[in-house]
Amino acid sequence: MKQSLFENRHQPQWQAFAEQLTRLEAGGRDAEKSRTFAAEYRRLCQHLALARARGYSNHLIEELQHLALRGHQQFYRHRSAIGPQLIGFVLAGFPRLVREEWRLVSIASLLFFGSLALMGTLVYLFPDLVYSVMDPARVSEMESMYDPDTTRLGRFGERDSGDDWMMFGFYIMNNIGIAFQTFASGLLFGVGSLFFLLFNGLMIGAVAGYLTQLGYSETFWSFVIGHGAFELTAIALAGAAGLKLGWALLAPGRLPRGEALRLAAIRAVRLLGGAALFLLIAAFIEAYWSSMTFSTPTVKYWVGAGLWALVLAYLCLAGRRHHAPD
Amino acid sequence: MPPSSAPPSPRPQQALLDTRYQVETPEGIDLALRPAGLVPRALAFTIDLLIRGAILAVVYLVLGIFGQLGMGLATIALFLVTWWYMVLFEMFNQGRSPGKQLLGLRVVHDDGTPIGWPASITRNLLRFVDLLPFAYTLGIISCLSNRAFKRLGDIAAGTLVVYREHPIERPNLPEAEALAAPFVLDFAEQRAVLAFAERGEGLSTARRAELAGILAEPLQVDASQAEQRINGIARGLLGPT
Repeated sequence: MKQSLFENRHQPQWQAFAEQLTRLEAGGRDAEKSRTFAAEYRRLCQHLALARARGYSNHLIEELQHLALRGHQQFYRHRSAIGPQLIGFVLAGFPRLVREEWRLVSIASLLFFGSLALMGTLVYLFPDLVYSVMDPARVSEMESMYDPDTTRLGRFGERDSGDDWMMFGFYIMNNIGIAFQTFASGLLFGVGSLFFLLFNGLMIGAVAGYLTQLGYSETFWSFVIGHGAFELTAIALAGAAGLKLGWALLAPGRLPRGEALRLAAIRAVRLLGGAALFLLIAAFIEAYWSSMTFSTPTVKYWVGAGLWALVLAYLCLAGRRHHAPD
Repeated sequence: MPPSSAPPSPRPQQALLDTRYQVETPEGIDLALRPAGLVPRALAFTIDLLIRGAILAVVYLVLGIFGQLGMGLATIALFLVTWWYMVLFEMFNQGRSPGKQLLGLRVVHDDGTPIGWPASITRNLLRFVDLLPFAYTLGIISCLSNRAFKRLGDIAAGTLVVYREHPIERPNLPEAEALAAPFVLDFAEQRAVLAFAERGEGLSTARRAELAGILAEPLQVDASQAEQRINGIARGLLGPT
């Protein structure tokens, strides 16, 4: 068949298809009008294949290809993980994912909490060690923040009528930023995540050990125990997500490195999403609960212990049973 | 179109020295995407950077009035703009941040489908690594060494920054009497003859004559007649002889 005959015969169909595409691209999703879309899209693909096989002109092929590309964009979508799936993710998907990745999660937790505990103990025994990771100005700033005489605690101890909003904003920016860095730098063969896990563990451990040894333990521990449950776990989880990226590059198995990375990233980013959710909760608790001084330290310890138990129970137990098919 | 499962058969489209990115669809056709290189992407990023700076400046000026509540909100705004600006635009504006929109770029999955939440979040969070050690060094190295100009975040997320397709204008074929070719043309030759006729408008007269002159001998015509003859053959290939 000559090209002009082919074009004349099918031109009206192509035009109708183009109009339908324009309508769909503008957001008009009319179920009735879209009923024939699949059939028309496949017919267009067949025309494109024919045009190529018969050696028709470049212009015709490009025009059809353009239509096919637009049709393809309308027809095929990746399933989006946001929306109704979000609830499923929070209720079951995230803890399940954490348990499936238990190896990386344990490595990251061991690194982070291990370095935290070790540094804490060392600084508690040898207080001068704190200057090996922090400069003296920061140390004295820390001291004044957790001085038992202040009425409000935390990084903005000297606030006036208490704008918890400011702290909330600061905590979101700072903590989620740290988690994102810990995750993203895992792309450097995991080295970046290892570094941030150790670095943050050492810093937090040094502060904890130093303040405890100064005798500020009540103000400090009652302040951090509540949100620490979510915040510290989240950093460990973000680190695990970063290590997953790095591991996919180091040991891609039977896949090409790029493909292994892509598959690992799909899971890692879900893990990070859960960690970000944790950090949001942590920022909320830190700004509105941990800094309050009207509740006694005993209450805070109990609430904090409850939150730790909640986090651990959530990660270990939630979503063990399938209630409904996903 | 030879099936893609038979690699030895020559595929003229891929033999071209070109950056086109072929995606095979379930319908068995190849879609061609045109990945955008480093320069347009860097320009788009610069525009986005300026827009973000402007947004933050306005936010800080306006919210600064409200004291610490304002500063708290402004810090949240800083967080949103730093980490979510690209993601939100890519999701709600068909894969285009304002900078990309200005330069006619968009982000898609590397199978040609529109970008989704997980991929967009992945590629934009991993931007942090592309920025290392300074001024996008890793991103630039990755972009320049990848066939489809992917930075590290794109490789991990399986995404691609492509040029948006523009509607193609119908070329005017030069007037000529439709002729049958004096010998059998294979597909590549047919395409070449048609392409010559279609693209004639964009070439200078001298260049057209020079190109057509190459075929004067096999067509057995005088060099001055060659162009007219080729256009005639092109017409003949398209329509009734």
